[in-house]
Amino acid sequence: MANIPLTKQRSAAFRSSVALKSAMAVTGAVLVLFLVAHMYGNLLIFGGQQAFDDYSHHLRELGEPMLPHGGALWIIRVVLLASVLVHAYAAVVLWARAARARPAGQRYAVRKSAQSPVRRYATQTMRWGGVIIVLFVVYHLLHLTTNDIAPGGASASPYERVVNGFSIWWVVLSYVVAVLAVGYHLWHGIWSALATLGANRAGRERALRTTAAAIATIITVGFLIPPFSILLGLVS
Amino acid sequence: MNITLRVWRQRSSGDEGRMVTYQVEDVSADMSFLEMLDVLNEKLTLAGEEPVAFDHDCREGICGACGVVIDGVAHGPETTTTCQLHMRSFNDGDTITVEPWRAKAFPVVKDLVVDRGAFDRIIQAGGYISAPTGSAPDAHAMPVPKGDADRAFDAATCIGCGACVAACPNASGMLFTAAKVTHLGAVPQGQPEREARVVQMLNQHDEEEFGGCTNIGECAAVCPKGIPLDTISQLNRDLLGSLATGSAE
Amino acid sequence: MAELYIEGDPIRDEKAPAGPIQERWDNRRFSAKLVNPANRRKLSVIIVGTGLAGASAAATLGEAGYEVKSFCYQDSPRRAHSIAAQGGINAAKNYRNDGDSVHRLFYDTVKGGDFRSRESNVYRLSQVSVEIIDQCVAQGVPFAREYGGLLDNRSFGGVQVSRTFYARGQTGQQLLIGAYQALERQVAAGTVEMNTRHEMLELIVVDGRARGIIARDMVTGEIETHFADAVVLSSGGYGNVFYLSTNAMGCNVTASWRAHRKGALFANPCYTQIHPTCIPVSGDYQSKLTLMSESLRNDGRIWVPKEGGDARDPREIPDDERDYYLERRYPAFGNLVPRDIASRAAKNVCDEGRGVGPGGLGVYLDFADAIKRMGRPAVEAKYGNLFDMYQRITGENPYEVPMRIYPAVHYTMGGVWVDYDLQSSIPGLFVTGEANFSDHGANRLGASALMQGLADGYFVLPNTINDYLADGPFEKLDENTPEAKEAAEAVRERIDTLLSINGERTVDSFHKELGQLMWDYCGMERSEEGLRKALERIRELRTEFWRNVRVLGSNDELNQALEKAGRVADFFELAELMCIDALHRRESCGGHFRAESQTEDGEALRDDGNFGYVAAWQFSGTGRPPVLRKEDLTYEYVEMKQRSYK
Ligand SMILES: Cc1cc2nc3c(=O)[nH]c(=O)nc-3n(C[C@H](O)[C@H](O)[C@H](O)COP(=O)(O)OP(=O)(O)OC[C@H]3O[C@@H](n4cnc5c(N)ncnc54)[C@H](O)[C@@H]3O)c2cc1C
Ligand code: HEM
Ligand code: HEM
Ligand code: SF4
Ligand code: F3S
Ligand code: FES
Repeated sequence: MANIPLTKQRSAAFRSSVALKSAMAVTGAVLVLFLVAHMYGNLLIFGGQQAFDDYSHHLRELGEPMLPHGGALWIIRVVLLASVLVHAYAAVVLWARAARARPAGQRYAVRKSAQSPVRRYATQTMRWGGVIIVLFVVYHLLHLTTNDIAPGGASASPYERVVNGFSIWWVVLSYVVAVLAVGYHLWHGIWSALATLGANRAGRERALRTTAAAIATIITVGFLIPPFSILLGLVS
Repeated sequence: MNITLRVWRQRSSGDEGRMVTYQVEDVSADMSFLEMLDVLNEKLTLAGEEPVAFDHDCREGICGACGVVIDGVAHGPETTTTCQLHMRSFNDGDTITVEPWRAKAFPVVKDLVVDRGAFDRIIQAGGYISAPTGSAPDAHAMPVPKGDADRAFDAATCIGCGACVAACPNASGMLFTAAKVTHLGAVPQGQPEREARVVQMLNQHDEEEFGGCTNIGECAAVCPKGIPLDTISQLNRDLLGSLATGSAE
Repeated sequence: MAELYIEGDPIRDEKAPAGPIQERWDNRRFSAKLVNPANRRKLSVIIVGTGLAGASAAATLGEAGYEVKSFCYQDSPRRAHSIAAQGGINAAKNYRNDGDSVHRLFYDTVKGGDFRSRESNVYRLSQVSVEIIDQCVAQGVPFAREYGGLLDNRSFGGVQVSRTFYARGQTGQQLLIGAYQALERQVAAGTVEMNTRHEMLELIVVDGRARGIIARDMVTGEIETHFADAVVLSSGGYGNVFYLSTNAMGCNVTASWRAHRKGALFANPCYTQIHPTCIPVSGDYQSKLTLMSESLRNDGRIWVPKEGGDARDPREIPDDERDYYLERRYPAFGNLVPRDIASRAAKNVCDEGRGVGPGGLGVYLDFADAIKRMGRPAVEAKYGNLFDMYQRITGENPYEVPMRIYPAVHYTMGGVWVDYDLQSSIPGLFVTGEANFSDHGANRLGASALMQGLADGYFVLPNTINDYLADGPFEKLDENTPEAKEAAEAVRERIDTLLSINGERTVDSFHKELGQLMWDYCGMERSEEGLRKALERIRELRTEFWRNVRVLGSNDELNQALEKAGRVADFFELAELMCIDALHRRESCGGHFRAESQTEDGEALRDDGNFGYVAAWQFSGTGRPPVLRKEDLTYEYVEMKQRSYK
């Protein structure tokens, strides 16, 4: 490697572990932004059926007449989908690389973290956690976007779909699990993205970790409020 | 005190290894961990069994030769090198599990000894400042702000022990690589090669089949020299900068 | 004494240039033959060792275009023992404007060496010291700096100027990493071939020239033959003959000793330096001794109880039952007397049975007064890291209980005899760094070993070796060359013997016993009677070793016991020579203190008239009396004086 010309080295570096990680960080950030917006939309449920359905409707009218009906939404969807694909691709490549770096025959008999167990748990669940999130999104889209899965009854009104679904305890439970998975993923993910993009500087690690934990918590709680409010009858 | 040791024994890189249990009696709390292994080896030799191989040299915590995973933690329960770990960190009757560093890039040579040549090759790829002997200007020709000099020093204290790799769940060598990138990038003499250096060293790191870093931070938590985690961010910044400007060419 | 050695013809340093001392190095560089860059590629050099001396030479010669093969026994060149040096490196930069100069560094070093080194060599060392700092800074070595961005200096080892450059307490590490990186750069460039985990076990001499080495691949056990046009030994010091020392566990004399057996003269083997402030031995399992910075003596007070066997907690011993023996005996210098004096004084009180701690081998270094005077925070700021290190190793808190310290073997001034070009008495065999004998005389000043290693490797050798190589390339050799075959066969035979003895005792048990003998009789204080006793015991022990050592396993694998056994075998032979050298030198000088040669108040007494020479020893067979070849020392620029510290 050392004697390969620099131009080649540079193009190889575009496929390096750090470049892949950076792609993950950028796409992850896009997904986080989406989640923040989505959370905001979800919280409109407290404004009543009209406000919530209007919001859903506005999403589709966004950018009209420059864009056809639903055009902006589709652009968002394409960006989201691309982000997920790039994110997942990079995750899988790095996952495989890590698996090769310490192959099955070379695992430790005893393994202990030198860090706090909670932090360690968050880092350990990134990969399978990500898979769970994607599976959830599929289920979620079938549920609330296409309404092919319609526990509690189908409806043309997104508001009613939501309220119908979250009146059932196991639907709420499934969302709770998913949202917690997202929260965990983001707890480490946001810190990691910041570090990957170079934000970690001397003396700043704590601040970054706290910021990441705060954003992750806000998103988690923000997503959990609507389902519980419905289950507990605060919204109906 | 009396200690039960579970030690990884492996004749050579080609052989399959296994854990073997030994008893070590009359261990003094003032012994270093390696001296305890010396005692075990004396005992094994007299009993006609081959002693346990382990790397070590300075026994002062500076050469970076020593290093084993003790009860699941690289260099054991204190944040120091294995040679500077003392038996007073353990209790009478303890069972201690001792394993070699585990990583594809660090193949086991024998028992607890691994081959860390990959680190040397990462340095070969660019971990230096090209300064042919005799060509240097006066040392005071280029003042270095104290902050930069201190940061360079903090990163330069890496002893190349490999604990970071051993501890990293991805078996990544990023802390080691980043420490060197940070050291040389923090001094003015290192600037001309800075952009090329990070690209070359990272490529070599990946080529050696270390895992990628996902900012888990176990590495810095076990690093006996306290190499700061933010050196990895520094490496990332340098790499992204280098890719963006393209001036590495 | 005649039965111990034979006196042979005197020797002379043929390469020593004449003329004013300031011009000698320039003159030599000018008179040395050069090698055209195009021809360098056809010339090969083997360098054994990757410490400061070896790595710097390999990098520089590789850069110059020679084909270099480098060897070390560690898994990476970066781990050579130079890494452990703490204090700093001297250079006559005079950045402080405090009156330093090349001449003053030269003067301090000659005097510090107790007038047993060569003026020309030391002067060159002082001249070159200036360039070393420039070179290291250019490589990115992070020396300590001040807020203005310029390099910081401190004073070291009792000299009156601040000329020591340092990188916190890790100067050796940073210098070595600099040299190592330069070396790895040449490895990448293809000019240096690096052989790690390779131990040199024999020198190949063909037609009177050093032409290669036999090395064992320590992983596979393969006995390899390597040829070159010249061989450089940069294999470090032999302090480990004492078993316990501040040296790394693997430090050994094998490379030098094998060369000695092949005809290279070995000079001043008895000159060893014992450092007064080390953490004492805590039990018989102890494997090495850790150095604590000498700076502790600036504020700590050294004492032992007045009565032997006083087992009280030191804090409960009242002041009038303590003996502050350095302050008592040396009122002028007190706790700050030089290394050799402080060491010997500690040994004396322990010999009287007044030592403290396990085995009675320790004295207190007490900071209670300093803490009272300066306050704990000030003490912490000044010595915090040393206190932490002490606590980690001993488990005792030095802020509460006095530290215990004891002297330990630290450095060996003796080594392979070399001329001004660093060439040994075997043409084509060069020796640099601690492995040679040249620059420190009978005692080395602090912060000057790093200076010498880098001076040799970066600047001296690369300018002198060409004078020899200009006559090359020499005849091509292959493994069937009789001398090479013979050497490889000898190595194999030795290994087979060690593996086949299968006796009752481990290698370490022999090494420990040898070390104890050397420490007791050839350590801080030597006497005719003790040395003779030691010689006898060493010979018996050596015989027992070859009958009764147990080395398990085979040659064709990583076999650390086998490695150790080979080294210990050579230490036995070296130990004998050290005792003979110490016996024959009936004077005290520097690190060599003969009980018979002291002033009325117990200070070292030199005998310049009879012993103002380098004792270069020639090998004449194991157990046979070696031949003494004297090189006379003359002093034109420094006046010879007796030291006094009262
Ligand atoms: C604890 C400590 C602190 C010190 N502090 C200072 C200080 O502050 N200032 C100062 O000036 N000096 C100091 N010294 C002394 C100084 O560090 C050494 O004298 C110097 O570094 C020796 O360098 P070297 O290159 O000659 O040998 P080393 O660094 O010892 O290198 C020897 C090399 O030879 C190799 N080798 C040896 N035998 C063989 C063999 N048979 N086959 C193959 N390879 C072999 C080894 O692998 C190694 O690479 C200190 C020494 C110690 C022990
Ligand atoms: C296919 C499904 C997914 C997988 C396998 C996956 C996996 C991962 C992995 C392995 C990481 C790196 C973790 C680390 O640095 O330790 C990561 C980071 C991240 N993930 Fe995901 N993830 C997935 C989906 C998602 C989704 C849907 C989101 C958004 C909600 C998301 C947001 C993030 C963020 C923000 C990061 C931080 C980026 C970084 O580390 O640089 N991930 N993901
Ligand atoms: C409990 C909290 C949640 C509620 C109440 C909720 C509600 C909804 C609703 C009502 C829609 C349909 C919007 C529409 O079609 O107009 C939707 C779409 C969507 N949700 Fe959620 N959601 C929740 C959690 C999540 C989570 C955790 C994720 C991701 C990890 C997610 C990802 C999506 C996606 C990707 C869409 C599709 C957007 C599109 O139409 O392109 N949702 N959500
Ligand atoms: S970064 Fe720390 S753990 Fe890793 S090799 Fe360097 S000193 Fe060892
Ligand atoms: S533990 Fe591993 S993932 Fe990165 S932060 Fe350290 S290298
Ligand atoms: S043996 Fe050198 S660091 Fe442990």
